[in-house]
Amino acid sequence: MTPPFHAARKTELFGFLVLAAFVLLVLPGVVDPFRLNLVGKYLTYAFVAVGLVLCWGSAGILSLGQGIFFGLGGYCMAMFLKLEASTPEATKIQSTPGIPDFMDWNQLTALPAFWEPFHSLAFTIVAIVAVPAALAFVIGFAMFTRRVGGVYFAIITQAIAAILTILIIGQQGYTGGVNGITDLRTLLGWDIRTDSAKTILYFVNAFLLLGVIALSIAVRSSKLGRILVALRDKEDRVRFSGYDVAAFKIFVFCFAAAISGIGGAMFTLQVGFMSPSFVGIVPSIEMVIFCAVGGRNSLIGAVYGTLLVNWGKTTFSESFPELWLFAMGGLFIAVVMAFPNGLAGIYKSYVQPLFARIVVRPAHRRRPVGGGKTTPAIAE
Amino acid sequence: MFADYSWSELGSIFAMQGFAGLVLFSVFVLMALGLAIIFGQMGVINMAHGEFMILGAYVTYMCSNFFQSAAPALMPISFFVAMVLAFFASGALGMLVEMGLIRFLYKRPLDTLLATWGLSLILQQAYRTIFGAREVGVTLPEWMMGSLPLTDIIEIPINGLIVMAITLAITVAVAVVMFRSRFGAKVRAVVQNRQMAGAVGIDTEKVDRLTFGLGCGIAGVAGSAFTMIGSTGPSSGQLYIVDTFLVVVFGGATSLIGTVASAFTISQAQSTLEFFLSGSMAKVLTLLTVVGILMLRPQGLFVLKVRR
Amino acid sequence: MKTNDKGGAPRSMLRRKLMIGSAALALGLAAAGVGHAQTPPTGEVNTTGLAVTDDVVKVGILHSITGTMAISETGSVQAEKLAIKQINDMGGVLGRKIEFIQEDGASDWPTFAEKAKKLLVEDKVAAVFGCWTSASRKAVLPVFEQYNGMLYYPTFYEGLEQSPNVIYTGQEATQQIIAGLDWVAKEKGAKTFYLLGSDYIWPRTSNKIARKHIEDHLGLKVVGEEYYPLGHTQFNSVINKIKLKKPDVIYAIVVGGSNVAFYKQLKAAGIDMTKEKPLVMTISVTEDEIRGIGGENIEGAYATMKYFQSLDNDNNKKFVAAFKNMWGEDMVIGDVTQAAYEGPWLWKAAVEKAGSFDIDKIKEASPGIELTTAPEGYVRIHENHHLWSKTRVGHAKSDGQYEVVYETKELMEPDPFPEGYQ
Repeated sequence: MTPPFHAARKTELFGFLVLAAFVLLVLPGVVDPFRLNLVGKYLTYAFVAVGLVLCWGSAGILSLGQGIFFGLGGYCMAMFLKLEASTPEATKIQSTPGIPDFMDWNQLTALPAFWEPFHSLAFTIVAIVAVPAALAFVIGFAMFTRRVGGVYFAIITQAIAAILTILIIGQQGYTGGVNGITDLRTLLGWDIRTDSAKTILYFVNAFLLLGVIALSIAVRSSKLGRILVALRDKEDRVRFSGYDVAAFKIFVFCFAAAISGIGGAMFTLQVGFMSPSFVGIVPSIEMVIFCAVGGRNSLIGAVYGTLLVNWGKTTFSESFPELWLFAMGGLFIAVVMAFPNGLAGIYKSYVQPLFARIVVRPAHRRRPVGGGKTTPAIAE
Repeated sequence: MFADYSWSELGSIFAMQGFAGLVLFSVFVLMALGLAIIFGQMGVINMAHGEFMILGAYVTYMCSNFFQSAAPALMPISFFVAMVLAFFASGALGMLVEMGLIRFLYKRPLDTLLATWGLSLILQQAYRTIFGAREVGVTLPEWMMGSLPLTDIIEIPINGLIVMAITLAITVAVAVVMFRSRFGAKVRAVVQNRQMAGAVGIDTEKVDRLTFGLGCGIAGVAGSAFTMIGSTGPSSGQLYIVDTFLVVVFGGATSLIGTVASAFTISQAQSTLEFFLSGSMAKVLTLLTVVGILMLRPQGLFVLKVRR
Repeated sequence: MKTNDKGGAPRSMLRRKLMIGSAALALGLAAAGVGHAQTPPTGEVNTTGLAVTDDVVKVGILHSITGTMAISETGSVQAEKLAIKQINDMGGVLGRKIEFIQEDGASDWPTFAEKAKKLLVEDKVAAVFGCWTSASRKAVLPVFEQYNGMLYYPTFYEGLEQSPNVIYTGQEATQQIIAGLDWVAKEKGAKTFYLLGSDYIWPRTSNKIARKHIEDHLGLKVVGEEYYPLGHTQFNSVINKIKLKKPDVIYAIVVGGSNVAFYKQLKAAGIDMTKEKPLVMTISVTEDEIRGIGGENIEGAYATMKYFQSLDNDNNKKFVAAFKNMWGEDMVIGDVTQAAYEGPWLWKAAVEKAGSFDIDKIKEASPGIELTTAPEGYVRIHENHHLWSKTRVGHAKSDGQYEVVYETKELMEPDPFPEGYQ
């Protein structure tokens, strides 16, 4: 390992610890329970943003359909919770008691077969990760082995997101339609709607997120991670060096999808319902902007980016709802035009040098960390 | 399902259904052409495409209001005036956007997606602020909303005919501009090799700007035409965007012929299925087929072979 | 800077005087309030910590003012603000002025849930007027039940729901549908029906009820039933099918942007609604929607709902005049807008009957509350928290208004879980 690389890991570790302290100690300390639950909801989006850093920042694959995976994870969780909520006693006014209410409204008289396994929590937990990953594999396999990438890949994922939305809304007897799966109450008998449950879920969510980030850091600093960077910058050279480029891309895409699924499941638990509005084009793109604001190359930055945009959205839309869309649109454009490396880029080019000057470490060399597209890792 | 009907009735219905399919085809081509030009020639995905269309629709709305109050006698032709204005309004906005936004991002095509998405949010809210959150009713000349009765059953909607005529005109115009004019030659040269095109003296920046303007202008015309068949509101552009993207992706995105072919395939499939199944199921089946084919052939129907 | 410094002292003096003055004024008002029998002390009327002070009570307005649903929800916001203003002009509720906190649901169901929670938990509002789509109501319902809030929901909807925390001021499906079908069968001699709708729960449930009523109660025939995705803009195929089946009635429950496309294409395909062959009947097009469709494109269609802007009674004339006065002469008022307007008034009546802002007392006091000043005439809250109301049939005219051609003699009973229609 070269020394600069080592230093990069050091700063990443430092950033990770700061983030952990921020999420686990500072936020619960200063924010009231209602707002903490909101923060918890935002942090579930951060799973997607972290996945996007891996896909888009590291490997150069921009997916505009990450909402699909977030939604699938969320739907898996929601199906389990809905079955638990639909006991025959709770649903005795229905014509078929014991099945979810929306099925009864749509004249279904028996639970569809694909719902059956979701009686089991173990199956559900596996499905939360496996279902998004499997779909990602199918998409990734079809696209990457045929060397489809770049903008074209982005719009295909987007088209798939749109199609899935229409499917989910159309098949309302099986999916709850446009209402989604609502009125979820308990997890194995534990009421998830109380304030104490929400606080516990916040911490579970935070630990999972930190775990996912740690795992992602490991992936990125492994040889695999460096191959990803290499193929982002010069795909052909990696291919000519004998690597199976498609396999690496498929892997990272599936990994990002699985992470997003976890985020979706945590979303369902904390918010209490899942709706198709998360699967569509709009949320998928919004999640890309969370990642872009944080810095497309920074796993840690993605979390701050998510928090910042959502905090802005909530406060802005409380005080000036009409201006919110202007602000959000302006943010998209500003980030792309002026700060392509987002918060992390600002930190690296302005704040870090400042620290360096204050701490006075003349031996420490300033060098580009991670780098954007503008600083290819492989010298020409 | 056909047992109760006479042959002549069935014949008429199938004729009508074929016509409906053609109208749908025209609508798809009109929606997708602007997007396909911009993407195919410049590699830029314009996520604000729907909003450029709605700009055209709002221009038509203002124009028809103006004619109604200022010159009711000229009302029958107001629509065509509006359509020309819509082309220039959307085109001008497109060129402005290219100057202020897109041209800095040619090296980062993925980022144009995000920037134009931001633009679409801003435009939507701008429409809402200017024209109000509600839909506006566009008054069209009376003659355009009727139908031509051919037989007892067959009645040809005039607005369908107009949409088809406009589509044909625009497609021919685009084909002539792209393949028979000096400008088209320049555009194709820039697409194939930007450096070389620049080296032989083509002003590539100007070509880019005009191409983007052209694509947006066509979107404006489409929006103007759709006031005959659809709604005009701040977020109406979103109604068309999914179909538009599907058509372009399925067609192979870089080829205009591909776009037309894909519009034809999707529209015929959808319109036939709609007749035999329920509308929702037809849509789902069409979409699933499109995705299935995209999985097998992700590059789309037609691919422009370019050495890169 | 200097001039600012100079001006500083006198200005602060002035401010102090003003403050003293206003404090005195407030004291005076408070004194007057105490003396007034209608303003009971806050401790009595608010035992659960709602945002009620001696002179102000806070309520929430929760609708989409951005996103795709803003088109529909704008009218409801306007109506609710008008009602609140009028109530304040009359002296408020239990002597307290109503202040509203408006939140934007942004056409996104999770945002609705988040904002509902904010209104209840942070702002502690005494009531919320809001939601429009079923999906948004389903999203906020658990929040209202958990934090014990009160929601006044204005839209006509599919039924199948009954919550103690919601007052449904719009009609549920049976109220809206059955009277209209009876009328069209009796007066127009309709025998065959073609059911059509956007593909989600409200049109599906409504058409299910319509089909049951047509087949089981009227003994007539449904010749087709069809759903299109939300936002669908191409209806030529279904129009061809309709032409093939030649139904007497097209029963259309198309919503949103699709509406405009549907009626424009229906007209263009040569189906002249004024000839009533086939007759078009809808439960989803209010005057608000006609603005987008264009009166000339829907002239001749029939709509069944509980309110039309053209209703001829004094309450309604006053309401329409006040609405236009507040929001502009070119405004139109649809069924849902009127139902939204009833929300604050029903809440006021419930608070005054209960003598308290406490949610539990309002829940208990609500059934039986009457509103004789409602623009639609007279309504009363049923035990199941829906409204007793009349159903009317309107005939669309080219100027975008409906002419009322029929109205039920009796109030229709709300029946969210109709027996025999499931």
